[in-house]
Amino acid sequence: MAEPFLIGEAMTGGYGGADILHSCTIAVEKGEIAVIVGPNGAGKSTAMKAVFGMLKLREGHVRLDGEDITALTPQARVAKGMGFVPQTHNIFPSMTVEENLEMGAFIRTDDFADTVAQVFDLFPILKTKRNQPAGELSGGQRQQVAVGRALMTRPKVLMLDEPTAGVSPIVMDELFDRIIEIARTGISILMVEQNARQALEIADKGYVLVQGANRFTDTGKALMADPEVRRSFLGG
Amino acid sequence: MDILNALVAFLNFVFIPGLTYGAQLALGALGVTLIYGILRFSNFAHGDTMAFGTMVTILVTWWFQSIGITAGILPTALLALPFGIAATAALVLATDKAVYQFYRRQKASPTILVIVSMGVMFVMNGIVRLIIGVDDQNFADGGRFLISAGEFKSATGLAEGLAIKGTQAVTVITAFVVVAALFWFLQKTRTGKSMRAFSDNEDLALLSGINPDRVVQVTWILAAALATIAGVLYGLDKSFRPFTYFQLLLPIFAAAIVGGLGSPLGAIAGGFVIAFSEVVLTYAWKKVVTYVLPESLAPDGLLQLMATDYKFAVSFAILILVLLFMPTGLFKGKSF
Amino acid sequence: MSKNAKLFLGVAVLYLATGLLISWNQALFILNFALVSAIMALGVNIQWGYAGLFNTGIMGFAALGGLSVALVATPPVREAWAAGGTGILAGLGIGLATLAAGITLWKRMVPGRNRALALTLVLLAGFVIFRMVFDPAVTAVEAVNPSVSGNLGGLGLPVLLAWPLGGLLAALAAWGIGKTALGLRSDYLAIATLGIAEIIVAVMKNEDWLARGVKMMNVQQRPWPVPFEVDLQANPTFLNLANSLGFDPVTGSSILVKLTYMAMILAVLAGIIWLSERALNSPWGRMMRAIRDNEDAARAMGKDVTRRHLQVFILGSALAGVAGAILTSMDGILNPGTYQPLRFTFLIWVMVIIGGSGNNWGAVLGSLLIGWLWLIVETLGPTVMSGITAGMADGPLKAHLVDSAQHMRLLTMGVILLLVLRFSPRGLIPEK
Repeated sequence: MAEPFLIGEAMTGGYGGADILHSCTIAVEKGEIAVIVGPNGAGKSTAMKAVFGMLKLREGHVRLDGEDITALTPQARVAKGMGFVPQTHNIFPSMTVEENLEMGAFIRTDDFADTVAQVFDLFPILKTKRNQPAGELSGGQRQQVAVGRALMTRPKVLMLDEPTAGVSPIVMDELFDRIIEIARTGISILMVEQNARQALEIADKGYVLVQGANRFTDTGKALMADPEVRRSFLGG
Repeated sequence: MDILNALVAFLNFVFIPGLTYGAQLALGALGVTLIYGILRFSNFAHGDTMAFGTMVTILVTWWFQSIGITAGILPTALLALPFGIAATAALVLATDKAVYQFYRRQKASPTILVIVSMGVMFVMNGIVRLIIGVDDQNFADGGRFLISAGEFKSATGLAEGLAIKGTQAVTVITAFVVVAALFWFLQKTRTGKSMRAFSDNEDLALLSGINPDRVVQVTWILAAALATIAGVLYGLDKSFRPFTYFQLLLPIFAAAIVGGLGSPLGAIAGGFVIAFSEVVLTYAWKKVVTYVLPESLAPDGLLQLMATDYKFAVSFAILILVLLFMPTGLFKGKSF
Repeated sequence: MSKNAKLFLGVAVLYLATGLLISWNQALFILNFALVSAIMALGVNIQWGYAGLFNTGIMGFAALGGLSVALVATPPVREAWAAGGTGILAGLGIGLATLAAGITLWKRMVPGRNRALALTLVLLAGFVIFRMVFDPAVTAVEAVNPSVSGNLGGLGLPVLLAWPLGGLLAALAAWGIGKTALGLRSDYLAIATLGIAEIIVAVMKNEDWLARGVKMMNVQQRPWPVPFEVDLQANPTFLNLANSLGFDPVTGSSILVKLTYMAMILAVLAGIIWLSERALNSPWGRMMRAIRDNEDAARAMGKDVTRRHLQVFILGSALAGVAGAILTSMDGILNPGTYQPLRFTFLIWVMVIIGGSGNNWGAVLGSLLIGWLWLIVETLGPTVMSGITAGMADGPLKAHLVDSAQHMRLLTMGVILLLVLRFSPRGLIPEK
């Protein structure tokens, strides 16, 4: 099998002190959705941050499209085509929606008007609120701004850290729909989710992490069907 | 009852001085607030940065005057201002490189940075005193009055005169232009927007590829320009004395905090709130009131709420009131 | 020998060298200044080093100490008291009562427009009555023999009493300030205290009835047992001693006076250090440091952080008051114009940081070192500058450089502070 588009392979490391990740592997194929689930404190977000370079790895590699990017800074990874949406503090609250998108495209030197248009097509509500400060929007709308901002660099991989944290179930479904839509345009999605069941439903690939190590790895459907996964992590 | 004369007296002794002083404070507070928003500390050296910029401007002004360059009706200092700004910008950029950068990399706490800025304050204070001394320097030239009290009286036939000093007009107009330019810069330019983004959410700004060093540099240059302009306008209007500029730290910080630290709009509002409060509370209202009230009720005293020497108490009292009851200031602080 | 002992020895060498090379009089003058500064530095250290309170209003508390000297030691002016004493006291009483009424009102009433309105009315009415009572009394007092007094005068008590009373006065002020401003974030607190200090000094400059304002006030009394130089020079025992030991009685008397002061300041300092060390190593001191290092955790553990902060703020400020009283009684004159924030607030901060915040011995060492440097530059600066500019032609530039040499010390202080913060942020004697 050819190597996945983005892979964090056998990653081991932590924030200075003890290791949080233990030979953990996360990968996503082109245009697919990969979801990381697991109990609290399993290192889900840490694994994601490791892939994005926000955490120094002691062992392991991260490769994007076959290129080793382990040593690159997060900023350099953005330039290479990775987009990241942090879990919190993921917008510029006092700036308007449009300015948020503009800041997302800061490293682009070409005309990005069409990308703004695409984001507005994807999230029509943002178009109507384009001149409002992002901090004044509702939680779900803010998440849309955050995702939109990350899309402005036209990334090949979009990484989302718990995009549905703190939003209502209806908004969550809507966000998942949008994420599927983004994946259909050929962008790979790697996300960490607290709502494991719903997330695995839309996932092409699922990773169940426990204590910083891979416990189960399979397609979303297979994991949903696996009785042990259901019992331990999906609440029966 | 003589409303017209009362109004003129009010304009002359309260409104125009308050407006001028407010404009000066607003410019000073803008510098403080920008530094707070981007670099995230209260810069105690700001008063002395103002003094430094003003000093350079004064020296260049003297040089211009000595070789016969003047700005006609305008103060020569306006011609010298760009030199003052350039020198101050160079100084603060060098200071940033030599001093602040280290603490920024370390992610030192804001309190440490305040103490560091105390050290910078000493150094700048020393440089200024070393070069120009501690005495008063008057460097205003050009037209003395836009409207003189005598002209106004003979033109209107009123008993009260309205005098607008040339420096007052220069202050208000310059401040207006500078503030407009600053807001245009922050709202419309890519660099300005990146500064606001950086102030809003530093991590996300870094993630978006905004270069922090550039943001910091631009901030220092803007702060230097604002400090120099504020200092020169204050010096033209009143006079230049290094110690006075150090003392301006209090009303300037009061203005920035009252407006909401980190909010440029707040800094301007705060500047005027502080300035007008100071003038209103320390002005002897006897004259105005005498015009308004019938003769039988004419006041005996000066009707001065507070001696002029206590103007610091005014800034201070407002500062404390705002901090106790509205801790983020009039405009929500920490946002552009 | 431990590193700390070596540091103190090094500083001692500086003073000895000053004595040998310049004059003992000068060395003692600097030493006394540095020792008094050390008391203030201990105050800052208690506030900043123990508790993390950022007080930049030291000048104000020192000025209050100075004021207490004038109020305690000078004789009362009877005519002035007769002319307006009661009026002034009544006025001040009304002022305080208004404030108290305002605070009670604020606490008792339900928040809302009525409360705001009532508060405004109370404060406004109080202010008007205050001015009506106070102003004529002040005018009357200030009219009494304005060229030599024009003030109410003091209590005519021994000046030594002013030392503790200066501390008490500063403590009272600190209580009031602490009650309002201590909840503030550290940089706001710094701005607020900076402002308070300016206001205190402004009051002392302008309220002539209090201590003659900028007209200054002489305190013709020395704290027991310090003698006057002229008395010593007329004292046969002292003259004989001078004769037999072979020193000049004029210089000798001046040195003896300074030595007496030194002994007294040392006694005060030693007492403070002893108490302060005991406090630091007591459960109270550990709690203070716990609060400093993690306020939220300490609060969660049920510590009354606000109360502790107030306590420490009062204690530290009181020390500044004591030091201010000592300085003024040494100077023999109260001149509010000499209270400069750079000298009375920021210099003390430099001393604490360079010495090592959180460590009492560090604060003392920093005071001795920085105090010496501060004053020696004043003495040596012009000489050194003349040396540097010796090659230059006489002219305005040279004159200017020689004149402004003393400003070099601000520059030097700043540079030293920045260097220490950068390369040795915990100071010469770090916290244990």
